[in-house]
Amino acid sequence: MNINLTLLGQMITFALLVWVTMKYVWPPIIKAMQERQQKIADGLAAAERGKHEQELAEERAKKVLQEAKQQANEIISQAQKRANEVVEASKDTARQEAERIKASAEKEIEQELNRAREELRRQVGVIAVAGAERILKKEVDAKAHDDAIRDLAAQL
Amino acid sequence: MAVEYENASEYIKHHLGHLTLGEKGSFWSIHVDTMFFSILLGSIFLFIFISAARRVTSGVPGGLQNFVEILVGFVDQQVKDSFHGRSKLIAPLALTLFVWIFLMNIVKLLPYDLFPYVAHFIGLEYLRINPTSDVNATLGMSIAVFFLIIFYSVYIKGAGGFSKEMFLKPFGVWFLPFNFVLKVVEEIAKPVSLALRLFGNMYAGGLIFTLIALLPWWIQWTLGLPWSLFKLLIITLQAFIFMVLTIVYLSMAHEDH
Repeated sequence: MNINLTLLGQMITFALLVWVTMKYVWPPIIKAMQERQQKIADGLAAAERGKHEQELAEERAKKVLQEAKQQANEIISQAQKRANEVVEASKDTARQEAERIKASAEKEIEQELNRAREELRRQVGVIAVAGAERILKKEVDAKAHDDAIRDLAAQL
Repeated sequence: MAVEYENASEYIKHHLGHLTLGEKGSFWSIHVDTMFFSILLGSIFLFIFISAARRVTSGVPGGLQNFVEILVGFVDQQVKDSFHGRSKLIAPLALTLFVWIFLMNIVKLLPYDLFPYVAHFIGLEYLRINPTSDVNATLGMSIAVFFLIIFYSVYIKGAGGFSKEMFLKPFGVWFLPFNFVLKVVEEIAKPVSLALRLFGNMYAGGLIFTLIALLPWWIQWTLGLPWSLFKLLIITLQAFIFMVLTIVYLSMAHEDH
């Protein structure tokens, strides 16, 4: 192991290599690596943010859906209530109408009855007079006994 | 053995020799093979990383960018774990050290006789392609790191703070010379241990490969394969240790006690 000029040559070579590495090799590579690191970190952060936003959106959608369901339920129950009311109301009108028809029918029946009674009474009077005529075999002066017959008929 | 040698020791000596320019053994000579291959491998490192850095994107990375980013991310994590100061230099320095040392180590696993054999044909007597088994290469790096340690110590703590640390720690003002000697030894030990650890591992590993290559060719794989696999672990580990210790030493230089 003899020491000679090679030592100095090696020192110079080494110094040059280090200088070139420091100047042209290290900075661009380490810069690119740091940039990529930054990019990846940003990407991960963005993904995290996106996930969070998606969760929020889902929550919002759930809430909206729930509200919509609630509203639909309200609308349905209102409609049912309204339908019930309508049915009740129409039932009432129907009942009133029925009662009205019944009442007018009853009235008519009574009128008819009265008329029939009147008719019957008149006919009974005629029959009674005819009967009396036959019984008496003698013509009764219809005019003279008209009042009496009418009296009689009224009593029937 | 591709080239015929007189005996085993001749072979070993040949494989441990350097292609040297200038008088051997004198300081004013240079190991051409170490210089050439370390610069070549350093250029390969820069070529790969710069071509990746040019086309770098913060979008979806391609294959090369992925590979480079794994290394850069790994080194960056190591620096962040051990180094608490702020410096634009430390992380690129650590990356350079790790990849360069790894590349310089891994050429060790190429077929052992191939390069000296080829070199022999083009008229080169010696050729060692593994720069880190040359102590000059490892010391060159660790001394550069040492200068950085001294520089940052003075830069961060100021000349006063640095000399205070050199003279007054760990035993206070009454042991001033003793403190200084202790501190100098401590500081010197850093680059020396860094360099020798890597050099020792690679040199010894190479020696073992040489010994394995001396076996008959049909039995070489029984030792060569396990040793290569083990070596694969060692070269990565040594590159990693050199890097981490550099970071730690520089971190210590930054810390104000």
